[in-house]
Amino acid sequence: MNMLKPAEPLVSLDNAGIRRDGRWLVRGVDLSVRPGEIVTLIGPNGSGKSTTAKLALGILKPDHGIARRRDGLRVGYVPQKLSVDWTLPLSVERFLRLIARVARDDIEAAVARTGIGHLRRAEVRNLSGGEFQRVMLARAIARRPDLLVLDEPVQGVDFSSEIALYELIGRLRDELRCGVLLISHDLHVVMAATDRVICLNGHVCCEGTPTAVASSDAYKQLFGARDGPALAVYEHQHDHTHLPDGRVRHADGTITDHCHPGDGQHQGEDRDRGRHDATGAGDA
Amino acid sequence: MLDDFFIRALVAGVGVALVAGPLGCFVVWRRLAYFGDTLSHAALLGVALAFLFEVDTTLAVFAVSVCVSLALVALQRRATLSSDALLGLLSHSALALGLVVLAFMTWVRIDLMGLLFGDILAVSRADILVIYLGGSLVIAVLAMIWHPLFAATVSRELAEAEGMNPDRADVVFMLLMAVVIAIALKIVGVLLITAMLIIPAAAARRFVRGPEHMAVLAAVFGALSVAGGLFGSLEWDTPSGPSIVVAALGLFVASLTPLARLASVKKNSTPMSERGAAGK
Repeated sequence: MNMLKPAEPLVSLDNAGIRRDGRWLVRGVDLSVRPGEIVTLIGPNGSGKSTTAKLALGILKPDHGIARRRDGLRVGYVPQKLSVDWTLPLSVERFLRLIARVARDDIEAAVARTGIGHLRRAEVRNLSGGEFQRVMLARAIARRPDLLVLDEPVQGVDFSSEIALYELIGRLRDELRCGVLLISHDLHVVMAATDRVICLNGHVCCEGTPTAVASSDAYKQLFGARDGPALAVYEHQHDHTHLPDGRVRHADGTITDHCHPGDGQHQGEDRDRGRHDATGAGDA
Repeated sequence: MLDDFFIRALVAGVGVALVAGPLGCFVVWRRLAYFGDTLSHAALLGVALAFLFEVDTTLAVFAVSVCVSLALVALQRRATLSSDALLGLLSHSALALGLVVLAFMTWVRIDLMGLLFGDILAVSRADILVIYLGGSLVIAVLAMIWHPLFAATVSRELAEAEGMNPDRADVVFMLLMAVVIAIALKIVGVLLITAMLIIPAAAARRFVRGPEHMAVLAAVFGALSVAGGLFGSLEWDTPSGPSIVVAALGLFVASLTPLARLASVKKNSTPMSERGAAGK
């Protein structure tokens, strides 16, 4: 069905799933990102957001279904974690050229866009969390990617920096005309410029568009009208609830383990599911 | 000039150090010290097999190192033991096997101490040729895979996501390690090869700002250690292989002293003040 739409997707997952040790990490995921489109993945911890992004990037190979990337796709990736050991002498300047051999002009443009000019000669391991996020973003955009994949870019970043980062990502999308796959740690508040939100919990729970913050009084109170434009609320439309034991209760009250058969024996996962229920109690 | 055994030792040792330095940087960055140890212990088995099948020692050591690396990769994929335990298992089994095989060959008189600690004063012109040919090959190949190998060292996922092929660089790097161990065996011996890889690189770390810089300085420090160790061993009549490692250790300790810090701080003063301005 994706093929019928005008622009060819940069990347698409078709019923993709991945198994490890007899357990489905994610299963039956359909996802596509087109040029200029921002897709946000949300879901509780351990729900397979990063795994899904890695399937899309080709770091992981699907055990079921298909992952497609457009030929010659240029990817800019900002991983969730990247630790640089003390033994590695790595300056920001060198880090910007880590993978692609980028033209000087593109480096300058990326540095200017992300405002990291003053950090260029610093060692990567000495940067603060927020500084390193911007440096990683600068590196990812320097090669003018067709697809930008950001894994929790606002994690550990304070609120006003979060707004600024979202505004920057929105501008980058407009200027570079790239597709953006964004993973968010927040279950309800997403970047306003998001075209599509996909809620994951081992499978796609629901999908939709965010509602502008401006139309939600509660969030206006919480964040203030001034900060509104960068953020939006996503209202989940779940027809099922994940039970603490890993099974799924459907709208009609039947309980199955249908979403990922054979799953649910993992303690950590169960805890996350329980939290998911607590936060999304009204969603089902 | 190469008639003198001491000059031959110096030329051979410096040749090995120039190759071991850059490769050793990756051993340090990727935390492969124990892997290097395992390969070098397995080298003894290579020597034993070379005697048994009457083939060239360097070739046999290279072959055994490659086999051990492959065995490690295969075991890591399927066994339940941790990599750490697997390395220990392979390392000491190979060492013990080598010693047992050597003991069985009663017709071979072998200088075990020379194998364990190196016999740099006995290097021949042919050895020097092998070291410099093999060494140039290693440096050339390392320069070719430097970019992807370094990228994968910083972040494998990043390299993979953005279209590099870290697996290929990893395999080539493993082969280079095997070559270096094969040619370094005669210089510092089975037990001290890893020291030649790690200590000069570790000593260089405090003085450098970039990875390429560190590779060059590690090579220089390695060469200095060889020269220092050999002259020391001549002066005080100490075993040459261990003396080289002691000289390298001396450089490393010196790099920790306030004097060295002064040198590195001076070099880094500009970015430090810039970082101060950044409010850090």
